[in-house]
Amino acid sequence: MTRATEAFVRHQMLPQVPPPSSQAGIVKWLRENLFSSIGNSIMTIASFFALWWALDAVWPWLTNGVWTTSSLSQCREVLQGEVGACFSVLAERWNQLLFGFKYPAELYGRPTAAFLLLFIAAAPVLFYKTFPRYLLIVTAAYPFIAFWFIWGGSILVPIVAALGILGAMFVFKKYGNQNFATGLFGGIAAALVIWWLGGKIADAMPNFLALQEVASRDMGGFMLNMILGVVCVSLSLPFGILLALGRRSDMLIIKWICVLFIEFIRGVPLITLLFVANVVLAYFLPPGTSFDLILRVIIMITMFSSAYIAEVIRGGLAALPKGQYEAADSLGLDYAQAMRLIILPQALKISIPGIVNVAVGLFKDTTLVSVISMFDLVGMIRGPILGSTAWNGVYWELFGFAALLFFVVCYGISQYSQWLERQLRTDHR
Amino acid sequence: MSTLTDPSAESFRLSMLVNDTRYRSYTFQFIALLCIIALFSYLGVNLVQNLRQAGLNISFDFLGNPSGYDINQRPIEYNSQSAHFRAAMVGILNTLIVAFLACISATVIGVFAGVARLSPNWLLRKLMSFYVEAFRNVPVLIWILIIFSIMTAALPAPNAFRGENPTASMLWDAFAFTNRGVYAPKPIWLDGSWIVVATFLLSVVGAIAYRRYATKLLYATGRLLPMGWPTLAIIILPALIMYYLTGRPIDLEYPALKGFNFQGGVNMLGSLIALWFALAIYTGAFIAENVRAGIQAISKGQTEAAASLGLRPNRIMNLVILPQALRVIIPPLISQYLNITKNSSLAIAVGYMDITGTLGGITLNQTGRAIECVLLLMLFYLTISLAISAVMNLYNNAVKLKER
Repeated sequence: MTRATEAFVRHQMLPQVPPPSSQAGIVKWLRENLFSSIGNSIMTIASFFALWWALDAVWPWLTNGVWTTSSLSQCREVLQGEVGACFSVLAERWNQLLFGFKYPAELYGRPTAAFLLLFIAAAPVLFYKTFPRYLLIVTAAYPFIAFWFIWGGSILVPIVAALGILGAMFVFKKYGNQNFATGLFGGIAAALVIWWLGGKIADAMPNFLALQEVASRDMGGFMLNMILGVVCVSLSLPFGILLALGRRSDMLIIKWICVLFIEFIRGVPLITLLFVANVVLAYFLPPGTSFDLILRVIIMITMFSSAYIAEVIRGGLAALPKGQYEAADSLGLDYAQAMRLIILPQALKISIPGIVNVAVGLFKDTTLVSVISMFDLVGMIRGPILGSTAWNGVYWELFGFAALLFFVVCYGISQYSQWLERQLRTDHR
Repeated sequence: MSTLTDPSAESFRLSMLVNDTRYRSYTFQFIALLCIIALFSYLGVNLVQNLRQAGLNISFDFLGNPSGYDINQRPIEYNSQSAHFRAAMVGILNTLIVAFLACISATVIGVFAGVARLSPNWLLRKLMSFYVEAFRNVPVLIWILIIFSIMTAALPAPNAFRGENPTASMLWDAFAFTNRGVYAPKPIWLDGSWIVVATFLLSVVGAIAYRRYATKLLYATGRLLPMGWPTLAIIILPALIMYYLTGRPIDLEYPALKGFNFQGGVNMLGSLIALWFALAIYTGAFIAENVRAGIQAISKGQTEAAASLGLRPNRIMNLVILPQALRVIIPPLISQYLNITKNSSLAIAVGYMDITGTLGGITLNQTGRAIECVLLLMLFYLTISLAISAVMNLYNNAVKLKER
């Protein structure tokens, strides 16, 4: 045997070869995700054609858009029969779309400022880990500042309102620890006294640091949607928590009051409640009183959404293991302490997705006020803008704009809630 | 939840009503009851005063008076001389019609989109999540108005179908899409048509019986009979044969252009279509999410276990995944149906004459009986909601996990 007949033995490693082109990169991705089977390929091609067809229709319409004319007929002249949008309506009626047609034009800065402040006020709550806690003062003060900015009038009105609440909190802190009932009723009494006294002072000095007043019926446009959405969601949270606790309470009468309220509200459409606000509520108030339609609508929408939020939170409460309740009891906590320190933080955390769903749904439902002839964004489009001779027939641009505005807000909220859920996830997966 | 302290020997004192947790709840309930009674009597007194001032009273007599207005979609006999009550009945039927149509289409759209969101196909998945996000995050009122403006502003007028070279043409000579609504063929029931219908109903019963038998045979002997094709054949064939045997008793009436408008056939109003499609597409997006969540809620182990038993993919879906997923999907699905019914009250925005448009709209405005009309309106929706919740509870009890 000579060495030459020995089997070949390689002494070095072969250099690495790139994977076959069908198993790497874009080809592999295409194969796995778009053309993995015959059915899949057919679906891909069908989807592609649907997409192509939609883009083919929309793209020239978007890019040919006209922004600078002052009526639809001028738009048509500029386009000369070509496909194109008439976005000029958005440019010309921009302020009307945002603020309604009655809000004084020289005061547009005020609601804008209130809107921008909303972000500053909401930030410490939304991103509580990033921002220091003391910024919560801004959040607490925001409702009063925003009220003053949007509605105007003397600064004394919001200040007195805030002072009343502060006084009530002070009294409750001081006496509520020893005796809950004393603290509660003392707090309410303190607030009433401060509001009564402060009301006198505010009446006496209506021009003290006063901004020009704007009546509620002059609110409109997207601003009205924002006002209704923000106010009603924030008001309905505490009411919803109370209703949910009431529904799970041992006290039969309270439980049944809550059950009846929640089931009644959830059983009827929001429109009927808005009808109540519009035409029926006046019959149930003392003769001669009439308060703002916007306030009546806020009351009704708040009732509506607190019933829904109550059901979401009840789900959260029911999902907590019984051991949590028993642990709170065994620590000797009373009902209020157990709820505040142990039960609600966990239950609310579970309910966040549901609460956000209700909030988004509620914000979308604020467009319903256009049915009872309030001029919110949709009401403005359907009424004054499409009704005008210059813009009669510009449906796509206007409704598309409205849809886009709502989409941005609602999608943003739901993305935030998903982020928050990830932040709050304390279990280890 | 109640917190109990040790029972004490001391006798009952008035202060214990506030300070003792055993008695405090009675105090709270008493106060709550008082508040409610006070609130209702306050509202009641105001109501009586206001009514006296306005010279009104609460009475439902107006329901018997002639309504004096026309309704453009009449499932039952109605004219402007009919009573308000009959107008309300027409409204109720119209509500139910649009709700029924929208529920069915929303389910079809939602199930398709929900399953497609889980498909291995990237493009389809992305398209469907675009659809879901776009429709979930925009108010349904805007969708209704958009579709309504397509129906009224973008579609041709009936006279565009006229002449030698019409600018618009009918689809298969059967469907006409005009700005006065969609015209579709209408079936005409001639003598003997009931035989065909009866045959059809009987064969549906027969198909169900066949499937029952096949399942029983499978469980008893393990022999697997084909399910899909025989079911279809049992349902269709006898009715088809009977249709030709009895001399084609069911005919179609096609819409045709006569005068200024189409005559014959079924006319679906633009407002009906707008409401129907908008509710279906909007709610379909929500149903898609429910379906996706339901399928994803079934753990992957179930699929793998079924596969390790040697089941083929479609049997895994039919026998293992779907029965479990349906338990998760159906309750939210039914509450979506409820939402459709409630959202159909938006009909008033496009002038579709549902119960909100008749009783809560024109009747209310003509008679000025706001309290009575809104009360009846709420009662109607409340009845529907409670009925649907009752059905849902029955279903939930039926499919509840039987744990021991």
